[in-house]
Amino acid sequence: MKEIHCKLLVIGAGPGGYVAAIRAGQLGIDTVIVERARPGGTCLNIGCIPSKALIHAAEDFHAAVGRAGKPSPTGLSHGAPSLDFSATQAWKSGIVGRLTGGVAALLKKAGVKTVVGHARFRDGRTVAVETEIGTQVIHAENTIIATGSAPVELPVLPFGGNIISSTEALSLGAVPESLTVIGGGYIGVELGTAYAKLGARVTIVEAQPRILPLYDAALVRPVEKRLASLGVTLLTGTRIKGGSEDGLVTIEGTDGRPREIRADKVLVTVGRRPVTEGWGREELVLDMAGPFIRIDERCRTSMRGIYAIGDVTGEPMLAHRAMAQGEMVAELVAGRSRLFDKRVIPAVCFSSPEVVSAGLSPEEAKAAGYETVQGQFPFLANGRAMTLGSDDGFVRIVARADNHLVLGIQAVGEHVSELSAAFALAIEMGARLEDVAGTIHAHPTLSEAFPEAAMAALGHGLHM
Amino acid sequence: MAMQTIKMPDVGEGVAEAEIVEWHVKVGDLVREDDVLTAVMTGKATVEIPSPVEGRISWIGPAIGDMVPVGTPILRIEHADEGEDHAGADEDIPALAPDAATERPAAAPQPAEAAPAPARMQTERPAPAAAAAPAARPVHTPGAPRAEGEKPLASPAVRLRAREAGVDLRQVPGTGPAGRITHEDIDLFLEQGPVAPAAAGRKADLSVKEIRMAGLRRRIAEQMSRSKSRIPHITYVDEVDMTALEELRAGMNRTLKPGRVKLTLLPFLMRAMVKAIADQPIFNALYDDEAGIIRQHGGVHIGIAAQTPSGLMVPVVRHAEARDIHDCAREVVRLSEAARTGTALREELSGSTITISSLGALGGIVSTPVINHPEVAIIGVNKMAIRPHWDGTQFVPRKMMNLSSSFDHRVIDGYDAATFVQRIKALLENPAMIFVED
Repeated sequence: MKEIHCKLLVIGAGPGGYVAAIRAGQLGIDTVIVERARPGGTCLNIGCIPSKALIHAAEDFHAAVGRAGKPSPTGLSHGAPSLDFSATQAWKSGIVGRLTGGVAALLKKAGVKTVVGHARFRDGRTVAVETEIGTQVIHAENTIIATGSAPVELPVLPFGGNIISSTEALSLGAVPESLTVIGGGYIGVELGTAYAKLGARVTIVEAQPRILPLYDAALVRPVEKRLASLGVTLLTGTRIKGGSEDGLVTIEGTDGRPREIRADKVLVTVGRRPVTEGWGREELVLDMAGPFIRIDERCRTSMRGIYAIGDVTGEPMLAHRAMAQGEMVAELVAGRSRLFDKRVIPAVCFSSPEVVSAGLSPEEAKAAGYETVQGQFPFLANGRAMTLGSDDGFVRIVARADNHLVLGIQAVGEHVSELSAAFALAIEMGARLEDVAGTIHAHPTLSEAFPEAAMAALGHGLHM
Repeated sequence: MAMQTIKMPDVGEGVAEAEIVEWHVKVGDLVREDDVLTAVMTGKATVEIPSPVEGRISWIGPAIGDMVPVGTPILRIEHADEGEDHAGADEDIPALAPDAATERPAAAPQPAEAAPAPARMQTERPAPAAAAAPAARPVHTPGAPRAEGEKPLASPAVRLRAREAGVDLRQVPGTGPAGRITHEDIDLFLEQGPVAPAAAGRKADLSVKEIRMAGLRRRIAEQMSRSKSRIPHITYVDEVDMTALEELRAGMNRTLKPGRVKLTLLPFLMRAMVKAIADQPIFNALYDDEAGIIRQHGGVHIGIAAQTPSGLMVPVVRHAEARDIHDCAREVVRLSEAARTGTALREELSGSTITISSLGALGGIVSTPVINHPEVAIIGVNKMAIRPHWDGTQFVPRKMMNLSSSFDHRVIDGYDAATFVQRIKALLENPAMIFVED
């Protein structure tokens, strides 16, 4: 097969890789991208997008079940709903297909050559791709490693049989009657909640004292409340001692006594690991930072001409971080002066209700040595939240006490994921409390809670 | 409340306008009677204008450096003396410095009740400290100081622009809220560069300080421009063997009578000039080029260009032809002291007919003195040094000194200039001739 020479080679067409390739193509860089599966990576195929489709369908179904055969607050009532879960899956797959097809089209439009196959480094300038029709050798002046991450397997509970990862959980043919979720992080909580809404009996097992340990207790409390109302069993401070393929899991709680729980499916969501093996890393001399590839503020690895972006480079493992890195590296390869100097990478948990965090939490701000002021506004006092039938949660803002520079914004509540835009913009632009409080927010929207929180921090909340 | 307007006073000498060189007050200041309000300059003298009343400054007209015609309002004082009618005072132009005014025109009406404030006449005072014009553009003042290691705060667009312009944001002071760096801050940084870097080292200084030409500096500038633009200079340089004169001078200083000042070179040169002028009186003249008249003076009034703390001044030794060498020496010492301390009288700073320019130890080898318009000659004294001199058989060490002299070529031809300098040279080299009465 004729060898390819290019200026930029991207390994992995996830959100980081495909964005890098599109941007490079736009900049007129001779670019090749290698992907063994469909473009879009974990995010589009087995992550963010399909999970959000299931979460939406589950909420729809659950709301209908809640109204079935009894009067509802809105006056709407109907008979018992039925769920054709295979149709749900088909709908989800359709969305995924549209998006991955869109990415492929964008790559083509940008003039990027896509090679389908498994890439492996031969040396720092050469990659061999095993394709369906043989080995394709690619020589590149610059290479971006965007190999992403994969679910972490528990040694005592390896994947297989009824022990599944998030990938399988998104493509189950039927809603399991019972589901044990190992790991109460955001993936476990999102999927556990969805299946609980779809009718499964869900148990979430978490080793830490509470679920969603990345967030502070106040943010998590409405989620715990909702999980309880959904009938989800939370086993926190609980360790996994063993289990079997059929769905039996041995756990050990804080009392130290082992217990067995049985479920149709056991979803293990104890984290994700960077994919640093299987693509010839041993042929290179890359410095590592723990399990991740060490990069600098320009995503350069320890080898000249080799960049790494996305989950393979560390936390936070978020698609939008990878995209920003990919865009930056493409511009660097084009000879532009760039630096990853972002102030904020917002994070959203599509739990019920949703949780948003941008910047520093109150504890993190204090730990960073700031004197802080903070303000909070509950959705209980927000008109739009009431009309949506979900007034749980709040918006909280943390700022420096000396100059009121906003350091962090968190929110919990239904639909607050969309508020992440305002939160990120405020922090990235260097807004002060006065800037947020002084911006007119449309009424009636959930977003009104944002300036109200800033006003509260300034000591003059209006609607509190 | 009453308002009193202070106008540019008639400072004598028949001048029509004077320059504001200093404001001692600003709007809103409370002043007492006799507090100095402003200093104005005319010719080479500075006059301080005191406040005639106690009150508050409500208005100040001209800026430092402005030329203001006599009688123009320059300042208003609000005061409490309601009983008194100050309408008249407003019209009054306080007569100042009656003792200094030698040829005052018919004085402005002077009501008896408005006791003219005592005039304070001074010669040039140090110019107001760098009367810088208000900066037209803002300058970097370090914004909210960032703590060590704290990341600069800027919007993504500003960061990108800085990156592409090669600007390190850590060096850019932020003037926005919370010390945020704005596009304007980048503009200013690109224009002015970094300020006050913590680390010592060489760096380009891109600052420009505007200094208004005012006071004596402006006088000097005007005078020099006039001289250089009007007078076609011819400069002639020759060396003078000063050995004999230096021996004589040393001997005279050793046997100095009590009460006499030590003799420097200057009195000898002055006397030599008097003798040379006796032969060629055209060198002691003022050329009124507008009237087309050369005024050849009988009296030799020698200006001595002297550096003072505030700039170049030329005190004048009057009637050198009537002074002996000790008298000349005493007068030079007295006048230079007066010029240095700012106590020289107006007439001691004007009226020269020929000038000596000397920088003493900084005299250099050659200079091109600028003629003190409307004079026609200036004698420049360069530095004396022991140099080898060929006496016909061998090199001998001699105390040699150059004279660099400029002449108005409209009045004086090159040949006459050379003759004049040669005459001075001969007198200095044979100093006994200086003392011979013709």
